[in-house]
Amino acid sequence: MKMAKAKKNFWQGSGLTYGMVILAYILVEIALKTDHMSSLMEGLLVPLCTYSILAVSLNLVVGISGELSLGHAGFMCVGAFSGALFSKIMKGSIDPTVSLVIAILIGAAVAAVFGILIGIPVLRLRGDYLAIVTLAFGEIIKNIINAIYLGRDVNGFHFSMKSEIELGLGEGGETLIKGAQGITGTPQASTFTIGVILLLITLFIVMNLVNSRTGRAIMAIRDNRIAAESIGLNVTKYKLLAFSVSAALAGVAGVLYAHNLTTLAALPKNFGYNQSIMILVFVVLGGIGNIRGSVIAAVVLTLLPELLRGLNNYRMLIYAIVLIALMLFNSSPKAIEMRERAAEWFKKKRQAKEA
Amino acid sequence: MAAMLEVKNLSISFGGLKAVDGFDVTIEKGQLYGLIGPNGAGKTTVFNLLTGVYKPDTGSIVLDGKNITGKKTIEINQSGIARTFQNIRLFKELTVLDNVKAGLHNHYKYSTLAGILRLPNYYKAEKAMDEKAMELLKVFDLEQESHYKASNLPYGKQRKLEIARALATEPKLLLLDEPAAGMNPNETAELMETIRFVRKEFNMTILLIEHDMKLVSGICEKLTVLNFGQVLASGDTSDVLNDPQVITAYLGE
Repeated sequence: MKMAKAKKNFWQGSGLTYGMVILAYILVEIALKTDHMSSLMEGLLVPLCTYSILAVSLNLVVGISGELSLGHAGFMCVGAFSGALFSKIMKGSIDPTVSLVIAILIGAAVAAVFGILIGIPVLRLRGDYLAIVTLAFGEIIKNIINAIYLGRDVNGFHFSMKSEIELGLGEGGETLIKGAQGITGTPQASTFTIGVILLLITLFIVMNLVNSRTGRAIMAIRDNRIAAESIGLNVTKYKLLAFSVSAALAGVAGVLYAHNLTTLAALPKNFGYNQSIMILVFVVLGGIGNIRGSVIAAVVLTLLPELLRGLNNYRMLIYAIVLIALMLFNSSPKAIEMRERAAEWFKKKRQAKEA
Repeated sequence: MAAMLEVKNLSISFGGLKAVDGFDVTIEKGQLYGLIGPNGAGKTTVFNLLTGVYKPDTGSIVLDGKNITGKKTIEINQSGIARTFQNIRLFKELTVLDNVKAGLHNHYKYSTLAGILRLPNYYKAEKAMDEKAMELLKVFDLEQESHYKASNLPYGKQRKLEIARALATEPKLLLLDEPAAGMNPNETAELMETIRFVRKEFNMTILLIEHDMKLVSGICEKLTVLNFGQVLASGDTSDVLNDPQVITAYLGE
């Protein structure tokens, strides 16, 4: 009896989410094998995984920990550049898949370090102030990376914040990071399969974290900080933990993203304010604190502009309408009431069937 | 009998206002102690000082022989003081069960990594927590509602859940801030029974703030009356309540 109940809980909870991702993967793989997928859609597969991972990781901060962070693209950027740099240095000397795995670990670690460094001062703030400061940090990270020149020759690595010439590379030297032009020639090792595996790992980490002693503490602090302190929960520790795990996962998404491009540059389009807001839109429309919703919203909202491409000028108009409709469906009191009534109706129907 | 809590000359000012001024109290082990006074007398401020929300300007707080003056809220909870709040502060989005399990946080440990990887000690600790939490919920007649969201509980039960959560931290001293506020006479009577039961069952020392005189005279053995941040009277309940000074403070001239 108890076993059956536990099983049912699993399928209503995390199991459904894993199942959904795996099913989508199988369907896409079938479409790919039978040549039913346009090259445009094929090109979207890795970004879909990237955005899903970003949305899930940001939901850990916004939904579970209850802090509005607007600098998520910054952590993605750090992960992308550290991972891509590693791959570029190692290009040709080790197996591409092994190199990618190591790059992912490096991207996650570097992003986590940045998460901790930024989190320590920033998490003292609350609400709007936290949002403003994280926004600024995201931009600062992007702009600093834009000014970095890194090269390598027989004497080792050379670093400059001014120009390529300042590096003073010797004969046979190679520029690795070329300022605003970024990193070129990263091996394109990201595949849809790797993306899906990373998404599943992300879901595994986030959902298990939420349903554990640590997750309970994080959510308790979100719901009432003063009460959480009064029962002995270390507020700073758990806020920082959620923030850095989220940053690390964003770093992973960044590495995946970087290995899908030939040229990686810290453009506003990639890692700017708009990107952070985009990720936040996925989280908000998928439901704050709803991990499965984040994945669905990321997929739908990434596909939608591409699917609407045929409508030319009306594309963004329809996109905006869909956003508004989703928002209303998600959070307007009338819509919630309607949804609850629908759920009730289904429940009654099922009970009638069982009886 | 040894003293559980010894407070001497506790004071704090906010700007020019002396919110608490030279507050003294000694509570024996197992005692049920009442702290009363008119609105704005500084009762809740005393609780906030005892639990480290505010740092006192002067004075000392000794819990069970250990000086805890000026310590942080978390440390004070770990040394053995747990509290409830005047305006209920539950973890609203968590279930009733999870509210109590959050209180058990420091007593059943496993690492974050063990939680993510679902190692055997995760299952072991979670099971033990579930059992302990259900035991506590049973005391407060909340086991039927264990899977409700805390914010969906009726008011009286929310108050009870707060006490259950505080007890989950295994305190030596329990501070109750107006536990009967907003309750009807039936609920208050029931609450009195629960407080008595908690004291007996857990061998608990309890300090409570209350306005409901029936509850105060019904269960408290000793009282301290605060007025304008200062101790007006202190002693056995019946003596204090008949003190003309106290009657004046409460009812006016």
